[in-house]
Amino acid sequence: MASPGTENLRFDLQVIAAGIEPGSRVLDLGCGSGDLLAWLATNKAVTGTGIEQDKDKAAHCIARGLSVLQGDLNTEVEDYPDHSFDYVILSQTLQQVFEPARLLSSLARIGRKVIVSFPNFSHSSIRLQLLLRGMAPKNDQLPYSWYDTPNIRVITLADFRQFAREVGYRIVKEIAINTNTTNSSGTIVRYFSNCRATYGIFIIEKKGPERI
Amino acid sequence: MNAVIDRQEKPSVGSVEKKYHTFAEPPDELLLESGARLGPITIAYETFGSLSAKKDNAVLVAHAFSGDSHLAGRYTSDNEDDKPGWWEFMVGPGKGIDTDRYFVICANILGSCMGSTGPSSLNPATGQPYGLDFPMVTIGDMVETQKRLIDHLGIEKLVAVIGGSVGGMQVLEWCVRYPQMVRAAVPVATTMRHSALAIAFNEIARQAIMADPNWNGGDYYNGPGPDLGLAVARMVGHVTYLSDEAMRRKFGRRLQDKRDFSFGFGADFQVESYLRHQGSKFVRRFDANSLLYITRAADYFDLIERNPAGTRPTEHGTETKYLVISYSSDWLYPTYQAKELVKHLKRQGCDVSFCEIEADCGHDAFLIPDVRLEKLLRGFLNGISRN
Repeated sequence: MASPGTENLRFDLQVIAAGIEPGSRVLDLGCGSGDLLAWLATNKAVTGTGIEQDKDKAAHCIARGLSVLQGDLNTEVEDYPDHSFDYVILSQTLQQVFEPARLLSSLARIGRKVIVSFPNFSHSSIRLQLLLRGMAPKNDQLPYSWYDTPNIRVITLADFRQFAREVGYRIVKEIAINTNTTNSSGTIVRYFSNCRATYGIFIIEKKGPERI
Repeated sequence: MNAVIDRQEKPSVGSVEKKYHTFAEPPDELLLESGARLGPITIAYETFGSLSAKKDNAVLVAHAFSGDSHLAGRYTSDNEDDKPGWWEFMVGPGKGIDTDRYFVICANILGSCMGSTGPSSLNPATGQPYGLDFPMVTIGDMVETQKRLIDHLGIEKLVAVIGGSVGGMQVLEWCVRYPQMVRAAVPVATTMRHSALAIAFNEIARQAIMADPNWNGGDYYNGPGPDLGLAVARMVGHVTYLSDEAMRRKFGRRLQDKRDFSFGFGADFQVESYLRHQGSKFVRRFDANSLLYITRAADYFDLIERNPAGTRPTEHGTETKYLVISYSSDWLYPTYQAKELVKHLKRQGCDVSFCEIEADCGHDAFLIPDVRLEKLLRGFLNGISRN
């Protein structure tokens, strides 16, 4: 479970933070205001780097003393040497990525482990809306209308498992969580996760002989 | 624009004085990158704040091409209408570079005319100003003289080296030559090497000077100087420091003190009048030969060519922390050049932060009071001091 002191973090980040080994090198993609990186630096002596598109947020992170690059994560990840990081974190962004397979392949190159979290599109509330109302579903985790959503991908936990298998990633750990409306707290979902979880968190690594 | 100006005026660092350090006395002249030897060399510098007992709180600020050591504060000899130092908004008690915490040093670059040895200095061999007998100096040579000054002050490691434009080149040069002395580097609005565009503008400036008959092959110190050429050079330079947006906002096509065209070649437009004013103001404070030498040094600067094994701004991997800053409307050293620098640093495994600041004032934006730059620097330096 989450370590003490994480309560100010979004719940999925609390779960992610708890799984990071102390002293590791972490790249946080779409790091926002840098809350996760700051927490990891203080509590786990992590050497962290963030990438954030928004100029004000990136400047805010730098002014907090964090190492953050302002830019597009899809291109920024290309410049790092292999295995530059122990963990690369892509939290709640995969559903907005234009070329997810290519991005994940880059992440698995520069990081030993990749932590991916995304809203689960097969949550019961979503299924019921589509089934009963026949309209594009919305919930607290996916609050947008079809015409103004930044989310261009719909992903379920089952979809991601299949994707990982097909593309050649080993799922080191899968954590399904059910969060409250503000995503500030939640619980781990152990059974029927594809239906009951609001978010999925996967820790994956590249399979194959090239892996040392 | 108003949103970025800090309404709370912070106190100034107060009165400061220009100091001088002379070294490389013959026969121990400084061996320059060109192979020539130069000595003695005097470097003018100013310091702000106090050096800690452990000498571990020093920050070096490198000035841009026409700048000087007068970073902040006022000289006791100043008149009422004299301006404070060129980075007054950034350097002082409680400011972005906080003189209550840091001992800040700024040295006039080699080849300049603001107190350090340059082409207008007396050549000890002839008793006359050097003129074109002054050897070609590089950004590397400028940094070498700064290193001598830092050694002279007894400082082994700098908290940070910070600089904009040609000052940013010096920052990068420090990281190549003395990475072990630099805990943090902040290159602002700068480049790893000049583009053809940047060299072209410098060449126009140099040609303007050299085409002035008064330039006389660089030998003009005993007579009238190439004032017209120097003024034109400054006009060209000034345009490259602005931006299309800034010029539109500031001048547009407005006429200067008249309602209609004069149908002649006077300064009809405000922008013309402004550039003429900038040109003649510059002539009063700057030496034409210094402009030739310093623009040449900037054109020659090339971090890539001088590190054939790949750009290695630090040979010690992640020891130096970098903060690269660019401005959205800088067309002299556009953001893509800052991103190239960031890319090289990333490939070397360096710890690098980058931020493009949205500003319409062009290349010179780093000299204009902006609370965003101040916040960035303050926070970044805090992070360095904590470690």
